[in-house]
Amino acid sequence: MTIAVEPPKAAFRLSMLIYDTRYRAMTIQVIVLALVLLFVGWLTDNTIQNLAAKDKDINFGFLWARAGYDIDQQLIPYTNDSTHGRALFVGLANTLVVAFFACIFATIIGVIAGVLRLSKNWLVARLMTVYVEVFRNIPLLLWIILSFVVLGETRPAPKDFRVTDEMIAAGESPAATMSFFDSVAITNRGSNIPAPKLTTDLGGFELLGVPFSFAVLGTLALIIGSVLVNNRVLAQAKAVQEATGDRPTTWWKSLLILFAPTLLFLWVLGFHLEYPVLKGFNFQGGISVAHSFTALVIALSIYSATYIAESVRAGILAINRGQTEAAYALGIRPGRTMKLIVLPQALRVIIPPLISQYLNITKNTTLGMAISYLDLKGTLGGITLNQTGRELECMLLMMMIYLTLSLLISSLMNIYNNAVKLKER
Amino acid sequence: MKKSVFLGTLAATTVLAGAAFAGTLDDVKARGELICGSNVALTGFGAADAAGEWKGFDVDLCRAVAAAVVGDGTKVKFVPTTGETRFTALASGEVDVLIRNSTWTYSRDNDLKFDFVAVNYYDGQGFMVKKDLGVSSAKELDGATVCIQTGTTTELNLADFFKSNNISYTPVTVGDDTEAQRQYETGACDAFTTDASGLASTRAAMADPGNHIILPEIISKEPLGPVVRHGDNNWGDVVRWTFNALLIAEEKGITKANLEEVVAAATADAAYDPEVKRLLGIDGDMGAMAGLDKEAFKRAIAVSGNYGEIFEANIGASTPIGLARGLNALWTQGGLQYAAPFR
Repeated sequence: MTIAVEPPKAAFRLSMLIYDTRYRAMTIQVIVLALVLLFVGWLTDNTIQNLAAKDKDINFGFLWARAGYDIDQQLIPYTNDSTHGRALFVGLANTLVVAFFACIFATIIGVIAGVLRLSKNWLVARLMTVYVEVFRNIPLLLWIILSFVVLGETRPAPKDFRVTDEMIAAGESPAATMSFFDSVAITNRGSNIPAPKLTTDLGGFELLGVPFSFAVLGTLALIIGSVLVNNRVLAQAKAVQEATGDRPTTWWKSLLILFAPTLLFLWVLGFHLEYPVLKGFNFQGGISVAHSFTALVIALSIYSATYIAESVRAGILAINRGQTEAAYALGIRPGRTMKLIVLPQALRVIIPPLISQYLNITKNTTLGMAISYLDLKGTLGGITLNQTGRELECMLLMMMIYLTLSLLISSLMNIYNNAVKLKER
Repeated sequence: MKKSVFLGTLAATTVLAGAAFAGTLDDVKARGELICGSNVALTGFGAADAAGEWKGFDVDLCRAVAAAVVGDGTKVKFVPTTGETRFTALASGEVDVLIRNSTWTYSRDNDLKFDFVAVNYYDGQGFMVKKDLGVSSAKELDGATVCIQTGTTTELNLADFFKSNNISYTPVTVGDDTEAQRQYETGACDAFTTDASGLASTRAAMADPGNHIILPEIISKEPLGPVVRHGDNNWGDVVRWTFNALLIAEEKGITKANLEEVVAAATADAAYDPEVKRLLGIDGDMGAMAGLDKEAFKRAIAVSGNYGEIFEANIGASTPIGLARGLNALWTQGGLQYAAPFR
């Protein structure tokens, strides 16, 4: 005969909330939560009351009002007749493009520096150590200002590129000439690079105020399609190799599939490059990249790359030496050992700190305000805030946008991390 | 019980925080020092010299207000503010008054909840270019790169000017005057635009003032003046009438040098100009109406003299900045400076 032994149920008393260990933790949490809510409520109430005392309200209506100011770098169309809301998106696009390029360059430089720091070559390893230690121990803002000032003060002014009839007659050459076969002009204001142009316009459509061109979309679709087809060809080649041990030649197929359709498409549409030409005060035509953008990308990349280099080094060091030795024993060369054996495993260690570096880069773009780069902080948090005087609204919006941006980046990176991390089964 | 006391205290603090801005005059008197929002460094208007002493046209008005309120023109703490931070500094109560060539506009007056109590300098936006650029009119600036200080009315005027003339430009938005000057001097921009007075001041501070010209176009109205928080009328009146006192002093020929003589003459002579007597506190107690004492405005004049003297000493024709009185002459001399009667 079995008897289920149950402890006698004591009646619940209020004092048990404090003296009974089963309930005490819960009680404390409820109290803390209540206090936190009370504090937040008080802060909000205080803000509203103080704003009311100053005759101010919280109103986001200014976002639909005419902005009235001009922005130098616009990735989406904008004029001074556009709204403050649109200026916000122009700024956001400028933030994203800097963050995008800085993340890419920082990763490339960081991985190379991190691997080289472990090089057996004494000089190379020491040079990388010096690079990492110097760049990460000096504040980022100084690097940004330094790159900006160096770019601005060492390059010639646009007027130095001018060739006048008198100079030709006298056989003199201008003080400065364009680089890369007269296609790129780097002045003390910015870099002017050739712009890709099409003679046939396929038209396009506008979505949420952002124009999309069918030509660009078509090119993108073609590139993606080519890559997918190429992947299938490679997969087939692999299947053949596994079945027969013989790998069919694929390089000419790949080349044809990857490039021919896109190039043909562009050729039909009349693809050509528009070169910058000195006209009036500045170079016109082509794409003009202000030095504030270049300096920000350079400084953010070389600074953040040092942190990435350290994560990469830590990741590689975390891989057991036995792995490398085993690879060597199988006769795999050092370069391939790194690429095929060590780095894929090291990624598991590298990715999590890399996420936070990407987040840092994105947030650090706000330092562009020191060199007049009009990112989100420059438009919404700078000029719009000043012209409308809506500090609280602008700050709240900006915080919300940066928070969303960071969470988005980190969730995307987490998806990637889940794909490469050690699978425990 | 305890909780309600806690909440009560909280509510009281909140109310106090809201009410703290109402009596600026009393705050300044109690503190014994005026906190004046000033320029970071605009030679002639507001800048600290090599010895750390604040000097300038706007600075002297701050000193006059301090002399009127706390009795000593040196009892001023200058808080340098940029174009971006100035209004926040005023709104938050960090400064008592903002005298920092700020343009009086409708939206700043109404939407930002400020009061512009006077216009101490009638200005307009202009352009400065290097002489060797070969430009003689702002309308020839098509395609030029223009440096501009952010957080100002000038960036809006600039956009409007280029648009109405159907010409284009590339803006370089710069945080403050010194950085704008650096970028302009290295040639990162073809033209620098700000208030004409600011251009004159910037040019005077350059190593080679002769190589830069200020273009003839004035593209906007920029009435610059002292700003106080909206709703504190008494304090606004004190600042307004201190400025008016300086104007009346010029009108009546009262200078820093002859102030005591005028006081002696007015005291002795019963038939002396009654407005001067009221202004200098010899007749009646006009100061009390604004919450000041009898001799408040006399002290204001004593610090750096009347409006004309302040103008000439800081930005006038004899200084490196070399601005003419122009619109800022007294109304009796064809200008716009006109003080309401002191009675």
